[in-house]
Amino acid sequence: MRVLLQHPKRETEIKGPRTVGQLLKRLNLLPEAVLVLRGDELVTEDEALKEDDIVEIRPVISGGA
Amino acid sequence: MPRHNTSVCGACLNDYVVEQVKRAIKDHTMFGRDDRILVAVSGGKDSLSLWDVLMRLGYDTAGLHIQQGIGDYSGQSHQKTAAFAESRGAELIFHSLKEEEGAGVLELAELTDRSPCSACGVMKRYNFNKIARDHGFDVLATGHNLDDEASRLLGNVLRWQEDYLAKQSPALPASHETLVKKVKPLYRLAEREITAYAVVNRIDYVIEECPMSVGSKMFVNKEVLNRLETDSPGTKQAFYFGFLERQKQEDLAREDETIRSCGRCGQATTAAICSYCRILEKVKTAP
Repeated sequence: MRVLLQHPKRETEIKGPRTVGQLLKRLNLLPEAVLVLRGDELVTEDEALKEDDIVEIRPVISGGA
Repeated sequence: MPRHNTSVCGACLNDYVVEQVKRAIKDHTMFGRDDRILVAVSGGKDSLSLWDVLMRLGYDTAGLHIQQGIGDYSGQSHQKTAAFAESRGAELIFHSLKEEEGAGVLELAELTDRSPCSACGVMKRYNFNKIARDHGFDVLATGHNLDDEASRLLGNVLRWQEDYLAKQSPALPASHETLVKKVKPLYRLAEREITAYAVVNRIDYVIEECPMSVGSKMFVNKEVLNRLETDSPGTKQAFYFGFLERQKQEDLAREDETIRSCGRCGQATTAAICSYCRILEKVKTAP
């Protein structure tokens, strides 16, 4: 699946994880520190992912100045 | 929402966020229906979500955006804030440091040997208060959330900064004739919950971190708390709400008795000349 990451903005391809929770574990990310979006929709840790999904991992700490 | 051991749909998330804000306003007598509220908006998810919720609740609000002069980042922040205000037909007051003070945060930091975050903090605090007073607002509201307050508390406790602990409250009264009341109606909501609210309600906010905040202690404290929260959901809430409870019971919150008027501008300060005037002096005398 394609994974979009922020801070800095980048994109990567990851194979294997079947759920959002597994994906976050693979990326060594704390669930409390991010939200995961598929398209415009939020997906929870126990939701299944498909190989052709595009997901965005959005950090909850963000800015504005 | 692990700290509540539940998952919610978008509609229920909105209800939850609105209820938490209503409870914060009531528990700390933040403001009433007749008050004019100035919301400090940076273009980030917290301040825009706060403004959105207060408008949803029918309060009389306007936004204040201070452009710090941090290149494209400030440009993007202003653009998103202005677009949000326009989409809701809301009043937005705009203040540019470069135009009004003669220099942006980066130049001010360089001229005064302060960090950009320190210069930014002084400029924001001064202008939030002064603009709120000059425009006749009763209250200034900021988008500080549970994570902001818990990480600030952690930093203050680690260094036993008792003066700061005494002043850390979701509502600070107008304790000087030049001060307006300041409130933090999002203090009951986790950063993750507010981000979810912004996403669900299609609020277009600045996702990037401020480029000046790289390596900030606040981020380290937040990461530590997020580790604890992941292992034991509810930790941040227990830490900060427990502090507020003790503050109330033991009357730890107290007004700063050393507060007085700045010898130059007359605004509230604890020094003879306030930090804002000291910074501006450097701008005036710069070669």
